[in-house]
Amino acid sequence: MNDSHISEVPSPLREAWVAFLRNRAGVFGLGIVGAVILLSVFGPLIYPVDPFEIVAAPLTPPAENARVPLGSDYLGRDILSGIVHGARVTLFVGGAAAAMTVVIGVLVGAAAGYWGGRTDRFLMRMTEFFQVLPALLFAMALVTLLSPSIPIIATAIGVVSWPAMARLTRAEFLRIKSQNYVIAARSSGAGDLYLITRVILPNAAAPLIVSTALVVGMAILFEAGLSFLGLGDANVMSWGLIIGSNRDYVIDAWWTVTIPGLAIFFTVLGLSLIGDGLNDALNPNLRER
Amino acid sequence: MAGSETPMPPAPPKVEVRDLRVEFPLRRRSFLDRPAVVHAVDGVSFVIRRNTVFGIVGESGSGKTTTALAIMRLQAATGGRILLDGADITDLTGDALRAVRRRMQIIFQDPYSSLNPRRRVGAAVREPLDLMGIGTPAEREETVARLFARVGLSPAQRSLFPHQFSGGQRQRIGIARALASQPEVVVCDEPVSALDVAVQAQILNLMREIRYDFGLTYIFVSHNLGVVQRVCDEIAVMYLGRIVERADRNALFARPQHPYTRALLAAVPGRQDTGPRAELPGTLAGDPPSPVDLPPGCRFASRCPHAMPRCRSDEPALQEAAAAHFVACHLVNP
Repeated sequence: MNDSHISEVPSPLREAWVAFLRNRAGVFGLGIVGAVILLSVFGPLIYPVDPFEIVAAPLTPPAENARVPLGSDYLGRDILSGIVHGARVTLFVGGAAAAMTVVIGVLVGAAAGYWGGRTDRFLMRMTEFFQVLPALLFAMALVTLLSPSIPIIATAIGVVSWPAMARLTRAEFLRIKSQNYVIAARSSGAGDLYLITRVILPNAAAPLIVSTALVVGMAILFEAGLSFLGLGDANVMSWGLIIGSNRDYVIDAWWTVTIPGLAIFFTVLGLSLIGDGLNDALNPNLRER
Repeated sequence: MAGSETPMPPAPPKVEVRDLRVEFPLRRRSFLDRPAVVHAVDGVSFVIRRNTVFGIVGESGSGKTTTALAIMRLQAATGGRILLDGADITDLTGDALRAVRRRMQIIFQDPYSSLNPRRRVGAAVREPLDLMGIGTPAEREETVARLFARVGLSPAQRSLFPHQFSGGQRQRIGIARALASQPEVVVCDEPVSALDVAVQAQILNLMREIRYDFGLTYIFVSHNLGVVQRVCDEIAVMYLGRIVERADRNALFARPQHPYTRALLAAVPGRQDTGPRAELPGTLAGDPPSPVDLPPGCRFASRCPHAMPRCRSDEPALQEAAAAHFVACHLVNP
């Protein structure tokens, strides 16, 4: 038998990575998100201007005063500094909310899909309850009742966005649990935990990873929306806060909201492109051979 | 031993099924509906002798696969008993159930869904050993390599993924996996129906060799009568959750009694109906009735060319029509 080709067996992960790199839009998205991550890590070191310090005349347009290259806000604070220092918080809110969404959504969806029957009905009614809550109003109420701090905001976003993840996970579990390799593992003495975590979840992972990338983008948008309504954390600089605090000056000073708005737009676009690229890379049926 | 002139007694029973029932509740569309139940397997009994091949034949929906899965305790039985080597395994749970699972394995029809696409095939074959804690890791790896060689694959192919194999090769991997825990009973669920005819023969030969080498008892589920005739010692024909005829291979194929069996045999290309009622038309029309609302009387009456008034009121019992030849038909057992 010819074994010469056997030495080079790529793992599925490596194969998916190679496929992802072939997707130009996905790589572009990864470039944007990578740049934002680098900005959030190293930006404050390179550009240490305090985003809360008043450094110029209020509402200075961009490229007029060298101290505020991207202009200043209604108090005379540096917009560029806000972008640089706010990246970290914006990404943190997105990441934390997405993590919460994934943890709750996957746990609920996996349990409902795997056990089915009464468990499924109970968990799905609960999921529907959260799904029909008006997301923005609920998050606003939660933030108002507790406190407008970053962890609370991330929690509020997680609470309103997990149902979609739960439904997706459940659908994947329903599809995979009747596959013969799952039955084969059960007939070999596999228990519930092994089947859920080692057999079904790895095969359900692809769409969940894709939708996680999208949830991060959605959470960033949500945070911006809350901040715009004045429910952001006023003590921590974020992109949403720049937009929210300047909302009364939109007409006179377009740059105060457009610049952070573009930062959010490109970050969310980057995450969506990554999601799309992952979808193609992780789905062997869409991948051209 | 001296003086053992007496004929060999029949092999002792390996698997015994008594009045097995599997019912699936149907979801009610509204609370006004009465609860409906699908009778997938509706009172099936048989004995499978050690080191034989027991065939279960029927159309899709006849309950043949459900019967096999229920024997393996992979499908919950709603009634009846299942015995393995005389011990009742119907209600086992926990460690006792795991111990029994080691002794019964399954080979699936579709070699494409029977292997985890995200796992290297070597790990898939090793999985039963890992799960049951059989041997040290080094011994397991050695067992896997030996099994690969036994089923005609190169042990070096263990590090490949399922999508890198053909259907026949995947079926060989599925067989290796089923053999890993050294089972005694192997359920073969349509093991060759998804394969090319040339590959079918190879896989069937491999399965026969392995049966002798490992001393296995096979439960062979199929709708393909040609294959069943080649490999099975005894055959049960199922229709809508019940056995309509049960006999050894020679008797069933030479003298089929039940109209359903005869129709199935008549449908095999190149085969002639040589039974006592050869002149009667044998082909089947229509579909079986719904297993939810079963008609009274014989389940086959709606499609039977010989149906009599009595067939629509009394359900025929499975009775011995000839020596060791059981038939459930009013025509045969008046």
